[in-house]
Amino acid sequence: MSLWHFYARNSQEVLGLVGQHLYLVAISTGAAIAIGVPLGILLTRRPAWRGPVLGVANVFQTVPSLALFGFLIPLPFIGGIGATTAIVALVLYALLPIVRNSYEGVTGVDPAVREAGRGMGMTDWELLTQVELPLGFGVILAGVRVATVVSVGTATIAAAIGAGGLGVYIFRGVAVVDDTLILAGALPAALMALAADGLLGVAERRFAWRGK
Amino acid sequence: MTKPLEVHGLGYRLPGKGKGETGNGRLLVHEVSFTVGAGETLVLLGRSGSGKTTTLKLLNRLLEPTVGEVRVAGERAADLPVTRLRRRIGYVIQEVGLFPHFTVERNVGLVPSLDGWPPARIATRVRDLLALVGLDSDTFGRRYPHELSGGQRQRVGVARALAADPPLLLLDEPFGALDPITRVELQREFKALEGRLGKGMVFVTHDVREGLLLGTHIGLMLQGRLAFLGTPDEFRRSDHPECKAFMAAA
Repeated sequence: MSLWHFYARNSQEVLGLVGQHLYLVAISTGAAIAIGVPLGILLTRRPAWRGPVLGVANVFQTVPSLALFGFLIPLPFIGGIGATTAIVALVLYALLPIVRNSYEGVTGVDPAVREAGRGMGMTDWELLTQVELPLGFGVILAGVRVATVVSVGTATIAAAIGAGGLGVYIFRGVAVVDDTLILAGALPAALMALAADGLLGVAERRFAWRGK
Repeated sequence: MTKPLEVHGLGYRLPGKGKGETGNGRLLVHEVSFTVGAGETLVLLGRSGSGKTTTLKLLNRLLEPTVGEVRVAGERAADLPVTRLRRRIGYVIQEVGLFPHFTVERNVGLVPSLDGWPPARIATRVRDLLALVGLDSDTFGRRYPHELSGGQRQRVGVARALAADPPLLLLDEPFGALDPITRVELQREFKALEGRLGKGMVFVTHDVREGLLLGTHIGLMLQGRLAFLGTPDEFRRSDHPECKAFMAAA
């Protein structure tokens, strides 16, 4: 059976899984931004916390994703079978690039610009919101882009713990050794990743302020 | 009348190894005293590492003095909230530090907008200031810093420092990064500007010719101390070996 036949015959299901997949990625990336950007900014004001926080975020990245999903299942509240657990795992994965780039975006601002701002009497808040964040926005966005693309891929594994998404086809295809079925899940996921990469890449270049 | 700047016994020691302690770090500035009257420009001259830029940063509290007193227009700098103090002191640095994501207009109007001036008043002020430093605001106002030459950027930097009409201006090698021709041009214009503005200025440079041209007073820094303080003529005639060394380089 060709891929197109498969899609034609199962269009409802395909759209449903694409929707679930988008949901997993959007919610988890959104939450990772909401946690990661402020955390990254906080680290610029508390340099001593940088090592430990980035270290912990790094550890999450090194745990194989399937294992991380598994570890979370027995936990109360955030665990169990289903989308919540998957989202928590995806957030943990997305945190590192977002926190790191938020930190680097803010600290990467030309020191002369920062000193001029301070020297002219900007408060720390004014400096952050009017200078450091606008100038670091491109770098922060680059972190979000990496996190989103990785999430699209990792979210396929969420099907293993019953969270749905395009991984459902991939796992089913692997189980019954059906290439078309694997492709049916992999192709839209790949397109989704490319689209996210492209769109956020355009936004990123739009906001990349070159020094001076 | 109160002077724009009075400095008594200013000193700065690098923080020691123990947290929050003072007294065991390296001494960068020691026993520096001077006053700058309205219309006067004190040039702080010295070799690299002599403590002149450090001294400048102690004046607007980018570094906190370990000892001594700074008074800006009669008020103790240590008693003022640091942001309020800095908004009353114009500050120009070598790398200019213009905000690359702000237009020339917004850069110049920065301090007034931080102080909450109404937009119309800021616009008028910006126009006047750009004219003062020889830039037409219709041509340059909406440009971004990267669309300007080095000399134009530095003019914008001076205009920005003057925006809130501060009694005191601090300049840290403002012309240091310019090509020699632009540099001489800006020095001449700055010289003319000094007289018209009637502000107190502290101007840091290691270029003795620039110092003698622009300063009404010369303060020679040597190993964190003010080794000489006097008029340019007194500086030329001084027997101090460091003054002689600088004169020989002129």
